[in-house]
Amino acid sequence: MISSCFLFFYLVAGVCFILALKGLSSPLSATKGNVFGIAGMALAIVTTLLIPEESSFSRYAFVLLAIIGGGLIGAKIARDIPMTALPQLVAGFHSLVGMAAVLVAITSLIEPQIFGIGVVGGIKTSSLFEMAFGAVIGAITFSGSLIAFGKLQGLIASKPFRFMLQHKLNATLAALILALVCFFVIFESYTAFFIFVILAFALGFLLIMPIGGADMPVVISMLNSYSGFAAVGIGFTLGNTLLIITGALVGVSGAILSYIMCKAMNRSIFNVILGGVNIGSTNASKSGQNEDKAVKIGSSEDAAFIMENAAKVIIVPGYGMAVAGAQHALSDMANVLKAKGVEVKYAIHPVAGRMPGHMNVLLAEANIPYEDVFELEAINGEFATADVAYVIGANDVTNPLAKTDEKSPIFGMPILEVGKAKTVFFVKRSMATGYSGVENPLFFADNTIMLFGDAKKVTEEIVKDMENS
Amino acid sequence: MNSESFVILLTIFVLAGFVGYYVIWKVTPALHSPLMAVTNAISSVIVVSAIIALLKAETAWIEAVAFIAILIASVNIFGGFIVTKRMLTMFKKKEKKL
Repeated sequence: MISSCFLFFYLVAGVCFILALKGLSSPLSATKGNVFGIAGMALAIVTTLLIPEESSFSRYAFVLLAIIGGGLIGAKIARDIPMTALPQLVAGFHSLVGMAAVLVAITSLIEPQIFGIGVVGGIKTSSLFEMAFGAVIGAITFSGSLIAFGKLQGLIASKPFRFMLQHKLNATLAALILALVCFFVIFESYTAFFIFVILAFALGFLLIMPIGGADMPVVISMLNSYSGFAAVGIGFTLGNTLLIITGALVGVSGAILSYIMCKAMNRSIFNVILGGVNIGSTNASKSGQNEDKAVKIGSSEDAAFIMENAAKVIIVPGYGMAVAGAQHALSDMANVLKAKGVEVKYAIHPVAGRMPGHMNVLLAEANIPYEDVFELEAINGEFATADVAYVIGANDVTNPLAKTDEKSPIFGMPILEVGKAKTVFFVKRSMATGYSGVENPLFFADNTIMLFGDAKKVTEEIVKDMENS
Repeated sequence: MNSESFVILLTIFVLAGFVGYYVIWKVTPALHSPLMAVTNAISSVIVVSAIIALLKAETAWIEAVAFIAILIASVNIFGGFIVTKRMLTMFKKKEKKL
């Protein structure tokens, strides 16, 4: 147990973390919030360094070496990472939290006297249980996040990977882990501990492998939550209040983000984890119906002319825009339009990026003022008064079938109602369907003009055409 | 740990959870990515347990395990806070321009 003086400083650090999260309620206070977060962490580490009454100088040197070494690596990664790769960075970091939780659980099992939770062979039962909880959640977080990282980075095929008896295998693994945890708590068996940790690694792997790329916003949020609960488990084991407070904050944060992402896709969390969307069930008939319909194909000059003469343009960016690296071109286009007196706004669907809020960051990076960027509920009413909706690299999030076709896999998903604008431009590489595999009837609407090509090139050409006119 | 102290820890956990619930719902959706990055950084506060383990370890291999735990948690702490700051600066600079 930790003495009350140190616990007091842990409380202060915990309050700092709460203030760090509170700061994020507005971009104006967010930077200050981050400073609170850093201060809280520094306080927690310095306090901890003062806890042991007796320790050698060389041990302190080791601690500093580890912190500085890790810090340098972390700083290098964080500075170099392009913002499009943010989701895999976060996934990678989650895996590290999970691994750290597993390692701390190991130290507390082998040398329980360090933390005053008993002696080898005589660790308190409650501590053993909490230790097992922290280790299992940590291990699932580690391997699950590694798979998420691999999928986002393109190292592993992002398409859902399914196999026979997948759910039965997972359920068996979970039951086996539970049984081993019980055995471990009763007998304090090292063998049981290491086996269930390995099984938990396997479970994390098997849980995330079958989940497709478009569901990654939910997966990352969920793993965020897990990493928090792993810290909670360790906090209970060691009687460390700061770990409990922080873990609870992080766990709840990840859970709320998962909920928001699921709602944005009209999916339940179980549906994401267990199923994935039913690809290919309805698109065969759909594409047949639309074969004889004609689409209007426009040129960049057409788009430039129509947008220049509009009063209000709403830009709908999707992940395809980010993949093409078109955000700076988009920003240029908006600036030219604004100079010509056109009102420009951006509409963002909650799942526009690969993690919650990803698209907002990508637009902010391209110097697009956040005052121009609106969330789905805030802007949906405005499409009816807009002259142009410029949809770039997005598809499923605009599909009206989500409202009308009950059989569609995307039915019930909230959409951006771009079809209500006078003219809709879709910037796309081809007529291909989105991730859901559902054809978008808007492509064939009378007020829709398709602009085929690379999102960045098309937008740059429009900018050129507008500047020349 | 006796059952009394368990209940005290549970009290802390539940109350912190409620604080988190109300604070997180207030976070503007535009800043959900920085939120994930910063929660990532602060969840690495688990580093404090690893530090205690390294300072008090009695065997070399537990020392090594604790060393690795501190190392990877530190990657996360520094990486998480720095990437959060990078993101927030992007949101900040526009506000100055206006």
